[in-house]
Amino acid sequence: MDGAALGQQLQFLPDYLGSHLLLTMAALATGIAVCLPLAVVVSRTKQLQWPVLTIVGIIQTVPGLALLALMVPLLGRIGFLPAYIALVLYSVLPILRNTVTGILGVDHSVLEAARAMGMTQNEMLFRVELPLAAPFIIAGIQTATVWCVGTATLATPVGATSLGNYIFSGLQTQNFTAVLVGCVAAAFLAIILDQLIGLMKRAATARSRPLAVIAGLGLLLTIGAALAPSLLNSKVDRSQAPVVVGAKTFTEQYILAALLTGELEQAGIPTTSKASLGSTILFDALAADEVDCYVDYSGTIWANILKRPNIQPRDVMLDEISDFLMTNHGILMLGPLGFENTYTLAMPRRKARELKISSIEELSSHASALTIGSDYEFFSRPEWEALKRTYGLRFAQQRTFDPSLMYAAVKEGVVDVISAYSTDGRIVTSDLLILSDPRQALPPYEAVLLLSPKASTRPDLVQMLQHFVGAIDGNSIRLANKLVDIDGKSVEAAASLLHERMLSGRKQLGR
Amino acid sequence: MISLRQVSKVFGPSGTHAVREISLEVQQGEFIVLLGESGSGKTTTLKMINLLIEPSAGKIMVEGRDTSAMDPVQLRRRIGYVFQGIGLFPHMSVGENIAVVPRLLQWEAQRVSQRVDELLELVNLPPEDYRTRLPNELSGGQKQRVGLARALAAKPRIMLMDEPFGALDPLTRDTLQIEFKRLQQLLGLTVVMVTHDMMEALLMADRVIVMQQGCIVASGTPHDLLTAPTHPYAATLIQTPKRQADRLEDLAKQRN
Repeated sequence: MDGAALGQQLQFLPDYLGSHLLLTMAALATGIAVCLPLAVVVSRTKQLQWPVLTIVGIIQTVPGLALLALMVPLLGRIGFLPAYIALVLYSVLPILRNTVTGILGVDHSVLEAARAMGMTQNEMLFRVELPLAAPFIIAGIQTATVWCVGTATLATPVGATSLGNYIFSGLQTQNFTAVLVGCVAAAFLAIILDQLIGLMKRAATARSRPLAVIAGLGLLLTIGAALAPSLLNSKVDRSQAPVVVGAKTFTEQYILAALLTGELEQAGIPTTSKASLGSTILFDALAADEVDCYVDYSGTIWANILKRPNIQPRDVMLDEISDFLMTNHGILMLGPLGFENTYTLAMPRRKARELKISSIEELSSHASALTIGSDYEFFSRPEWEALKRTYGLRFAQQRTFDPSLMYAAVKEGVVDVISAYSTDGRIVTSDLLILSDPRQALPPYEAVLLLSPKASTRPDLVQMLQHFVGAIDGNSIRLANKLVDIDGKSVEAAASLLHERMLSGRKQLGR
Repeated sequence: MISLRQVSKVFGPSGTHAVREISLEVQQGEFIVLLGESGSGKTTTLKMINLLIEPSAGKIMVEGRDTSAMDPVQLRRRIGYVFQGIGLFPHMSVGENIAVVPRLLQWEAQRVSQRVDELLELVNLPPEDYRTRLPNELSGGQKQRVGLARALAAKPRIMLMDEPFGALDPLTRDTLQIEFKRLQQLLGLTVVMVTHDMMEALLMADRVIVMQQGCIVASGTPHDLLTAPTHPYAATLIQTPKRQADRLEDLAKQRN
C-alpha cells in the first residue's frame, strides 16, 4: 500500500465517517427514546414481557444486510431513512432487554420500602428503579452502539453513505487500501465509543460524578469531531440539487458512474453518485426519482422488471422494454451504450480441452461431476432456471462467491465452471473459455442508459447523456474493466480511458 | 388512633381468607404486638393499615379518618414503616436515605439536613461518621438503625413494624429492642408491630394480640397472657418461653 493510494482514500473520510456516525447516532438516540419508555411499560406488565422480548429477539436474528434491504421495499425509498429505521430496529433488543432486566432486578425489599414510604409510581421509577438499573441500561446502550457502528457499514447498498462505501467499492474494484481504511475506521469508531460508554457505565456503578463528566465530554468530543466536517460541507452542498448517478455493486458500474459523473460535471451540471446499490433497489430508486440515471442491462430488466420468461430477438426486447418502462414507470430508456454484458458460463481453457467442452450443450453431460460457482444473484435468477431447463444442467455442487473472489476460485480449481460477465477483463487473464449457448437460453444483456421520470424532463440532461448512446463498444469496456480489476488502477483512471476512447470514436465518425 | 372494624382480606380467585372479620382499637401511644405463626394473617393485617394491601371488606380508620377515602401515598407519608428486609436504597448515602420522605414532602434543605443529624443522634449513629456512608458499608444492626431513623424522619405519630429485628443477631436485637422501646416512650409513638417471637412480644408490648388463621384468638397485656391465658392456643404459645426460662434457671442452679 503506498502513501498516494492512502491519501486518495483518506479524502473521503470526513464524508464517510461523518455520515456513518450521524446515521448511527440518530438510530441510537431514537432507539433509546423508544426503548426506555417501552421497557418501563413492559417491566410493569407481566403479560407483555414474553411477547415483546420475543418479537425484538426475532428482529435481531434477521441478518443486518437483509434487514436493511427489507426496509427499501417497505418504505419505498432508498438512502438515509431505510438505513436509519433498520438500525433503530437493531438497537432495540440490547437496550430494551437490559433496561427490563435492570428494572426487574431491583431488590424487592427496596421497592417495598419505597412504596411504604409513600413514593408514587413515578417517584419510585425516577428515584429508585432507574438509578439502580442505570448500569444495566448503559451496558445495553454500549452493546447497541457497537452493533450499530458495525451494521451501519452495510447501509451502503441501500444508498446511505457510510464507512461501508470504502468496503463495498474497495472489494469490487480490488482496492484493498479502501477496504482497509473502511474497516480500520469503523473498528476505531466502535472501540472509542465502546470505551467511553464503558467509562459511563463505571461512573454509574460507582456513582461517580467526575467520571461521568469525563465520559460525557469524551463522547461529545468524539461525536463533534467526527460530524463537524460533513456538517460544514453539507451546508454548501444543499444550495442546489445535484444530478444523482447510480451504480450497482461491480467494477463496470463504478466505472460507468464515474464516467457519467465526470462528463456531467464537465458540462457544468452538479452531480453526485450513489454507488454500491443492490440491483432492484437501484431500479426502484430510479422510478422514485431518488436516482436520476444509471446503466442497466436489457436482460436484467426483461427478467426482473417485465418478468418475461421467454427470450425474444434483441431489437424486439429493446423496444418492448423501452415501451414498458415509459408506460409503467415513466422511465426514459435513452438507448443502448453499444456493448453487451451477458451472463455466460465459463471454465478454464485447459479443463475445457480435457473434457472436450466448448458449449453449454456439451457441458451438460459432464455437469454431474463438476462444481459451479456464481455471484450472489445468478442462482436465483430466471436465466439460471432457463439454462437448467434448456440444457438439463445438474451440477454436483453449487457455490456462491463475491464476484471478485469467484475468478480466484475458478483459477485455483475450487470450482470448475463459473457464471461470468462477458465484459469482464478477468476472463482473458484467468485464461477462461466462454461456453457458447447454441439453444439461446440466455437473453442478451445490452447495456442501456436509463433516466428517471424527473430527469427525462430536463432537456440539458437528456441532450448531454445522448452522447453516450452507442459510444462504448465491448472492447473499450473490457479494457476499462481490466484496468481496474487486473492492473489495480483506480476507477477514475478507467473512466478517463473510456472518455478518451469515446472522443476518438467521435472524431472517427466525424471523418 | 387506629381502628379496624370487621376487616377481611381475601386473596386470589380461589378466595382464600388471609384475614377474617377482625376488629381492633389501638389507643394513642399504645404499643401493640400482633403475634402469630406465619400464615396467621398478622402481616396482612399490618399492611392493610397503610394500604400496602387493600382490605376486601370492613373499615379502617387512622387518626379518625376512613382510609378508603384517602390517597394511599399521602397516608403512607404520615406513617413510619420498618420491616425485616430494611430496604435501604443502595444508591443513596445514609443521610439521603433518611431524607427521602422529608424531601418528598418538600421540606427546606436546611430543615432536612438538621433533621437527618437529629435522627442519627437519636439512633446512636454519630452523624459526622455516618451521614455520607453508603448502606453497603454498614453492619446489619447499623442498617436497621438507619431504617428506624428513616421511618421516623417526617415525625410520624404511627409506626408499623414487620418483624423489624428478626434478621439481627441476638445481642444486637436485644440492644435495639431496648433502645426502640425507649424511643417509643420518649416520642409517644403509636406502634403496631408484627412478630412470631413470643419473647419480643412480651417484652415490648403494652398489649399482645394473638392471631391464628386470620382471626384474633386472644388479646391482653403481657401480664394477663402469662398468668391467665384465655385461649388454648395462646396458652401453648406462652409455654415455650416459660419452659425456656425455667430451664435457664435450672442450668444456672446446676453450675452452683
